[in-house]
Amino acid sequence: MVAETLFGVLVAGLLIVPPFLSPYFLEILISVLLFAYLGSAWNILGGYAGQFSFGHAAYFGLGAYTSTLLFLRLGVSPWLGMLAGGVLAAAFGLGAGYLSFRYGLRGPYFSLVTLAFAEMLRVIAVNTKAVGSSLGLVIPSREAAPASFVFAGKLPYYYVILTMALLAVVITRRLEASRLGYALRAVRENEDAAEAAGVDALGMKLRAMALSSFLTALGGTFYAQYFAYIDPTITFGPAVSIQGLLQAIVGGAGTAVGPLIGSFVLTPISELSRAAIRGRAGVDVMVYGLVLILVISFLPNGLMGLVRRRRSA
Amino acid sequence: MLLEVENVTKRFGGLTAVNRFSLALGAAEIVGLIGPNGAGKTTVFHLLSGFHPPTDGAIRFKGASIVGAKPHAICRRGLARTFQIVQPFVNLTALENVMIGAFNRTDEVAAARAQALEVLEFVGLAGKRDAPARELTLSDRKRLEMARGLATRPELLLLDEVMSGLNPTEIEAIIGLIQRIHAQGVSLLIIEHVMRAIMALSQRIVVLHHGEKIAEGAPAEVARDARVIEAYLGEEA
Repeated sequence: MVAETLFGVLVAGLLIVPPFLSPYFLEILISVLLFAYLGSAWNILGGYAGQFSFGHAAYFGLGAYTSTLLFLRLGVSPWLGMLAGGVLAAAFGLGAGYLSFRYGLRGPYFSLVTLAFAEMLRVIAVNTKAVGSSLGLVIPSREAAPASFVFAGKLPYYYVILTMALLAVVITRRLEASRLGYALRAVRENEDAAEAAGVDALGMKLRAMALSSFLTALGGTFYAQYFAYIDPTITFGPAVSIQGLLQAIVGGAGTAVGPLIGSFVLTPISELSRAAIRGRAGVDVMVYGLVLILVISFLPNGLMGLVRRRRSA
Repeated sequence: MLLEVENVTKRFGGLTAVNRFSLALGAAEIVGLIGPNGAGKTTVFHLLSGFHPPTDGAIRFKGASIVGAKPHAICRRGLARTFQIVQPFVNLTALENVMIGAFNRTDEVAAARAQALEVLEFVGLAGKRDAPARELTLSDRKRLEMARGLATRPELLLLDEVMSGLNPTEIEAIIGLIQRIHAQGVSLLIIEHVMRAIMALSQRIVVLHHGEKIAEGAPAEVARDARVIEAYLGEEA
C-alpha cells in the first residue's frame, strides 16, 4: 500500500511539476525518463529472463535509424516509423536471439555475442553512405508539427517520454503477473529445472527478446526526434547498451519500478557531475563506474533489494 | 506399456555410461532402479527426460518415440522428473515454484495458483507457500522438487534419490508421500540408495552395474541375486 501511494505521488509530481521547471532541469528529467524507459525495456530480457544483453544499442539504433530514414527519404511520419523500427528491431532481436540461444550460449557468452551484434551494426552504419556514414543524420529544424513528432519546446517531448516510461512500467507489471512472466523467472533461476517443469526455455527467451528489443527501438526513435541528430556511435555504441542496463541493475533488476528508481538516482549524478566537472572529459563516467562498483558490492539486488530488506526486517 | 526402453546406449566419448539398457514400465507400476555409484542410473533419467539424446536405441512413451524431444515437450506429454541435487528456483516462493509446473496444464494464473496450492497441501508444504525456496530445509526442498513435478500432472514421475540426506523420520514421511502419489494413479520410476525404502515401495527392481542391467525382478529375488550382491559388496575386493 505504502509503495503504491508513493508511486502515485511520484506520478502526480511528474505530471504537474514540469511546466514550472527551468529548461535545464526539464532536460535532466527527460534524460532520467529516457534512461528509465530503456532500463525497463532491457529489464524484460535482462532482469526477468536473466539474459544479460550488452548490446541493446543494436535495437536502439535500429529504431532511431529506421524512423529517421523513413522520414528523411520517404516523408513517413516518425510516429509510424517508430513502429516500423520496433518491428525491425524485434525481428533482428529474434534472429540474434535464436542464433545465440539455439546454440546454447549462456551467461557471459550471450552478453559478448549481443555486444558483437551491436558493434557489427555500428560498423555497418559507419561505412554506409546511404545512412550518412560516420557523419550521421540530421533532422532539419522546422515548424512544430506534432503529426511528424516535432514539437515546439521541450515540454511536449517530456510528456511523450513520461508516457512511454510509465507504459513500460505498466507492461512490466502485466508481464510479472502472466504465465510468460513466471516462465521467464523460472528460466532465469534455473534453465534445466524450468525445462524439466515443462517450460519451453528457448521460446520464452525469444518472446522476452522480441518485446525487449521492440520497446528499446521506440526509445531510439524518441531520441532521434528529441535531439534531431543521430550518428553511429551515439545510437549503436556500447554507451547506450550500458546506460540501459545500469539503470535496471542499480534500481533492481527483475522488478517493475527498479529501472525508474535507478534512473532517478543515476542520471542526475551523471548529468550534475558532467556539469560540475566541465572540461574534464570522462570524469562523469568515472563517477558512474564508482557508483556501479558500490552498488554491486553492497546492494546485489539493487535499490529495490534495499527496500525489500527493510520491509521484511 | 506406458514406457518402453529398448537397447538404449549412451556413450560420452570413449565412456559407455549406459549399455543396451531395456526396460518396460506399465501403468500404475512402481519400479526401483538401483546400482552402485556410477552405475549409470542418473544417466538413464537424463535419457528418459530428454536432457541427453541416446547414442543408440529406442524410447517410447505411451507408444510414441520421445527420442530427440526436448525436456519441456516430454514433460508436456506426461513424463516428469526430479533432480538428484534439488534444483529449486531459489528466489521464488514455494508456491511460485510449484506454479511453474502447474502452467504446464493451464495458461491462467489463477488456475495455476489453485492447482499449485492443492499440490503444496498434498506434499505437506502448504504452511510454507510464501517462503522463498532458498530458506527451505533440505527435506522441504525435496518435497518441493516432487511438488513441482507433480504439478505438471505426470502419468510417470521419475524420482532421483529424493531420500538422500534425510533422517529416518523424514524418510518414513517421504515413503508415505510416494505411496499417496502412487495411489493417485501415477506410475513411478525411483532411483534410491535407501534400501529399506526401495524394497518397501517397489513392485519390481532393476539393477544397473557399469551401465548394464544385471538383474530385474521382485525385491526379494533381486536381494538374493548373486550378481547383485557381488556388484554391491565385491567392489572393494
